[in-house]
Amino acid sequence: MSIAIGEPAEKPTKILVYRHSVLVRVTHWINVVCILVLVMSGLQIFNAHPALYWGHKSHFDDPLLSMRAENGPAGPVGVTRIFDRPFATTGVLGLSTGPNGELAARGFPSWATLPGYQDLATGRRWHFFFAWLFVVNGLVYVVASFLSRHVWRDLIPSRAQLRGIGKSIADHARFRFDHGRDYNVLQKLTYLGLIFVVLPLVVLAGLAMSPGVDAGFPFLVDLFDGRQTARTLHFVAATAIVLFVIVHVGMVLISGVFNNMRSMITGRYKATVGEDRHD
Amino acid sequence: MTKLLMSRRRFLTAVVPAAGAFALTGCDELSRNPWIRDTLSSAENLTRTVQRFFLSPTSLAREFSENDISPAFRANGTKNPDDPAYRALVETGFSNWRLQVGGLVETPASFSLAELRAMPSRTQITRHDCVEGWSCIGKWKGVPLANVLERVTLKPAARYFVFTCADSLEQTLDGTGRYYESVGLEDAFHPQTILAYDMNDAVLSVPHGAPLRLRVERQLGYKMAKYVMKIDAVDSFATLGRGHGGYWPDRGYEWYAGI
Repeated sequence: MSIAIGEPAEKPTKILVYRHSVLVRVTHWINVVCILVLVMSGLQIFNAHPALYWGHKSHFDDPLLSMRAENGPAGPVGVTRIFDRPFATTGVLGLSTGPNGELAARGFPSWATLPGYQDLATGRRWHFFFAWLFVVNGLVYVVASFLSRHVWRDLIPSRAQLRGIGKSIADHARFRFDHGRDYNVLQKLTYLGLIFVVLPLVVLAGLAMSPGVDAGFPFLVDLFDGRQTARTLHFVAATAIVLFVIVHVGMVLISGVFNNMRSMITGRYKATVGEDRHD
Repeated sequence: MTKLLMSRRRFLTAVVPAAGAFALTGCDELSRNPWIRDTLSSAENLTRTVQRFFLSPTSLAREFSENDISPAFRANGTKNPDDPAYRALVETGFSNWRLQVGGLVETPASFSLAELRAMPSRTQITRHDCVEGWSCIGKWKGVPLANVLERVTLKPAARYFVFTCADSLEQTLDGTGRYYESVGLEDAFHPQTILAYDMNDAVLSVPHGAPLRLRVERQLGYKMAKYVMKIDAVDSFATLGRGHGGYWPDRGYEWYAGI
């Protein structure tokens, strides 16, 4: 069923259905807090050395990405370099106003970091505490989702859905969203990709940065071709998570924010009677 | 519906900036709250316990080949201590320098550089991970800490080894700005834990901690104290510095720097 803007000619019968289990709702909201803290404290940690490299060691002269303040003709400017290509990012990346209103050299701006002031030690405290919570919460979700068949029932797309993927992509490109009680094929693939690819990647790449873990599990470093590569991929995966969150929240807002929020809080979702289930 | 939307919009225009302001200043307040800080810090014990469980005492940090050595190994922290006593040692090429080893040991002793060089040595090419995020690879040669500790015979109560350094990173009246670090028994007797006097086939330079630098290869760079003057075996580091076992741990960083 498409979500149409405006009132339909005939009001279809709506009923409240039980859409999200307690497991999904509780782990979802714990995850929201974890990801918010992990991203913001992660940016604080990144700011201690705002540059990324490939391989085992840092090639300081040749970073893949760097954010720094440089002296321009009209005073300091923030410059972000990606593969040697410079971008002027004054005010946001490389150079921005801090919590006290002073212009300072910093990778990501103060409002994006936890804490807002420069403090690597405290950023690490936040990051590692919530990393544990994030991993335990994620494991609880994944194990329970297999046991309860949530993965197969709600996330694995049906053959018919996969065959219709072209149409689904075309519809989404026209901003026609088929967001109903069950997930459409793009939603399912996005959730699967996030849960089973991006989130494990961010955790493994994070672990591969730990010198202790590296001594115990050398294959983890090999998997990433070096600690600095792991750090870069940790950043890439975190960026993917942030992009997901932006799209996810956007979709929640335009496909019935009240109904969506209710279903993720109480479990109840108002669905149209006779709506096609996707399986 | 319109009325509801309006009131919701009014609600949002009032609440969102307030929530945003709270989130921004609130997070900083939370970061300073002692109870929150203690709670967040509890993760360090969990990390240490889990890593210790998976790591055997002898599991080694990766060793690299000559080709992997960083062309420019970055020096961090103090790069040239200006403490007068250390300046005097530099003037004389560390010929008068002696490593003091004491505390909870049967026979306190001191060692000259020549004596340390005459002891068994270990050479290792390892990756140095700074807490800031960067890594450099370097070749280190030194005497295993275990060999030095054998010479002085530990008392049974010895649990930690405190490294007192020549450099002060911060000028303080009570002396807590002096660099120091500490490791436990497991790291002290790890085969890769050495007191390095050579780096990349040359005598250890001042920026990298001459004359002697600790290497603890399964932890972050700040554990690897430079300018080591004295090693003390202790049963607790609670009364040293600000009580957290190291210059950076006293300033909020983890004592266990395996992560």
